[in-house]
Amino acid sequence: MSGTDTHDDAVISRQVRRLESLLEEKGIVGGDTVDEVIDGFLAGASPVNGAKVTARAWTDPAYRERLLADGTAAVGELGFSSGGVQKQRLRVVENTAGTHNIIVCTLCSCYPLRLLGPSPGWYKSEAYRSRVVRDPRGVLADFGVTLPESVDITVWDSSAETRYMVLPRRPAGTDDLSEEELAGLVTRNGLIGTAVL
Amino acid sequence: MARINDVGGMTGFGVIDTTDDAEPFHADWEARVFALQRALLVKKIFNLDEFRDAVETMPPQEYLAASYYERWFHAIRTLLERKGVIGEGALDDD
Repeated sequence: MSGTDTHDDAVISRQVRRLESLLEEKGIVGGDTVDEVIDGFLAGASPVNGAKVTARAWTDPAYRERLLADGTAAVGELGFSSGGVQKQRLRVVENTAGTHNIIVCTLCSCYPLRLLGPSPGWYKSEAYRSRVVRDPRGVLADFGVTLPESVDITVWDSSAETRYMVLPRRPAGTDDLSEEELAGLVTRNGLIGTAVL
Repeated sequence: MARINDVGGMTGFGVIDTTDDAEPFHADWEARVFALQRALLVKKIFNLDEFRDAVETMPPQEYLAASYYERWFHAIRTLLERKGVIGEGALDDD
């Protein structure tokens, strides 16, 4: 995790409540808005969304091509926005037999929330952000993933304007599965690139 | 000059805790800070670049000592004070 838990939660919770009251008094943020935003975020952001996109790409070659050409538009076809409050471009990077992709945001924590759900603590940590660009194989090993030396690893560093999602390789022996069953095989870490399916 | 958030390639941050931490918020105030940031962006009180800048220009020692949402709260407070939306120290205990 970034930082430590040495701060007093009680102090900061009191300050946050005070800020909420001030903003409500000034008519800037209404009383129910905060709860609505939290509920809306928790309901709308999930790796289930990224899994649906992945399963569609595995089963529909034309969709896969559109997804790799213009991720923003292609996830939009399935009803997902890739941006937050401000517009962001989504680029989907595909794992193949010869290339494995991993995403990071070295500067902060940019991440396609809607498609991947809330980001895990480690994604936001200095430990991951600093090291994955320098030693991706070592980081993968920490996650229990070992790839042959012949596989190239590409690390994608997110920016204010561009978010990335990994399109994992479809596991072998899944030819008989339905699109829905395939989506069930996709994990959040698979979409970040710290797992192989 | 590089800012403290620009950690790509640096060493010394220790091992990655790979625990699958699916809980988005670890305290109610974290969720409220998250939501306040979105609400203030929507209201155009500040934009995302200003917000990011306010996190990144934290004094390095404070940045490193703060948890993720403590950084967010710091940035929100800094921007609201700077823009005169709230008075300096308005959130502090009496």
